[in-house]
Amino acid sequence: MKFLYAAYAATWVIHITYLAFLSRRYRRLRDEMQDLRKK
Amino acid sequence: MSLGEITRVSLAKDLRLEWRSKDAINSMLFFALLVVVIFSFSFDPTAEESRHIAGGIVWVAFLFAAVVALNQTWARELRNQVLDAYRVSPAPANALFISKAVGNFIFVAVLEALMAPLFMVFYNLRSIGPAYQLVVVAVLATWALVANGTFFAAMSIRTRSREVMLPLILFPISIPALLAMVSATTAILTGEGAYRFWVVLLVVYDVVFTTVCLLLFETVLHAE
Amino acid sequence: MRRTFVILAVVTLGLLTYALYEGMVAAPTEQTMGEVQRIFYYHVPSAITAFTLFLINFAVSIIYLARRNQKADALAVSTAEVGVVFCTVVLVTGPLWARPVWGIWWTWDARLTSTLLLWLIYISYLILRRYSTSGQTPVIAAVLAVFGFLDVPFVYLANRLFRTQHPQPVYFGGPGSGADPRMTYALLLNMAAFFCFAALVVWLRFRLERARQDFEETQALEALLQPDARSPR
Repeated sequence: MKFLYAAYAATWVIHITYLAFLSRRYRRLRDEMQDLRKK
Repeated sequence: MSLGEITRVSLAKDLRLEWRSKDAINSMLFFALLVVVIFSFSFDPTAEESRHIAGGIVWVAFLFAAVVALNQTWARELRNQVLDAYRVSPAPANALFISKAVGNFIFVAVLEALMAPLFMVFYNLRSIGPAYQLVVVAVLATWALVANGTFFAAMSIRTRSREVMLPLILFPISIPALLAMVSATTAILTGEGAYRFWVVLLVVYDVVFTTVCLLLFETVLHAE
Repeated sequence: MRRTFVILAVVTLGLLTYALYEGMVAAPTEQTMGEVQRIFYYHVPSAITAFTLFLINFAVSIIYLARRNQKADALAVSTAEVGVVFCTVVLVTGPLWARPVWGIWWTWDARLTSTLLLWLIYISYLILRRYSTSGQTPVIAAVLAVFGFLDVPFVYLANRLFRTQHPQPVYFGGPGSGADPRMTYALLLNMAAFFCFAALVVWLRFRLERARQDFEETQALEALLQPDARSPR
């Protein structure tokens, strides 16, 4: 059933998107910390 | 000065200022009128149908108009650094909240009193249930909107796009009350439906949230 | 700490995989709805997880208001964000289940509307946090969180009566009627798996928030301690 797969896929797409968003914020924070340390 | 005295003085000041400028009431009136007219395009108001839909339209109109009033609740205080002065004074924070909330209540109530006959005319409304019940609902509903609204207006003072932030945080939380006021009004107008349940819900909502507002207003005032 | 995290991550991954297998393959097919019913094994645990996260957010917001503990605030924003993510999953998987089974994407029944409202309330919480320019954003956000959560019973009650009064196009029959024990097992397994997964993600978000708090504190201190050469004296 298409809908079944779509639902399971959508679930993980949503979760992975959020995790990607988190990792991007981690990276940005790390960059900012390095900037501050350099100053 | 006691809580009661400060509340009274503060309220009298706000009412006097509003009476002189009529800022809030004019824009509220115009807004509500606009909503009524615009909604009239979305359906054909025969007397039968309109009774079922009018409840929703009326409260949407009043809600938007109330937001106009709520948005300017603290504007004057902000402009003149009144909040800072209040924070350092020994006056109880709740006096400020109550006076502002009651002031807003009066503005919106006046608006409702002015708009009600207009609604009856535009939508050919005649209530099947007793009209006094409409007043009960109006009082409870208006207080629900205004109490939370005044509080949230204080919370959104220091935010970007303040005027948008207020409805944004107010509406989701007000939805149960909105549902109740619309349903109660429709129940009265059409003579069918669980009027009692909705009124009880509104009463409980009012009690719970007014209590929370009173408990937390001091925190918000100092957090500003 | 690091080691616990890795262990939890491994356990979660294992649970999720096993639970997926149970839900997709091992559990028996439902009689009336067919294979599509298996969405249930993702939909329901996500809903329960989301609600639990919001409950934690409520508790932690109150703690923050009482103690002004920075960790409490970090946990508050973490649970709210992850709660919104799980709630989004619920709102997406729901219609995907409803469409093939009942022919419609959405209906304004009590449970769906309540979930949508819950989602809206916490999104407004996150927006307030992002757009607030006050130095005391955590306090104001915590207050909003209290209001938001107290609203939940009202939301549910109001929608319950409103939607049962009006004729509904769909009767949301609980799929647990005459539940095969294998189904219950799959459900519980998925719940455990998603709980662990939620804990992991909240932990990650929490650490990020704590790091950001420390960073901002350091920034502020730096600005205070180093007189800016450009500022007029």
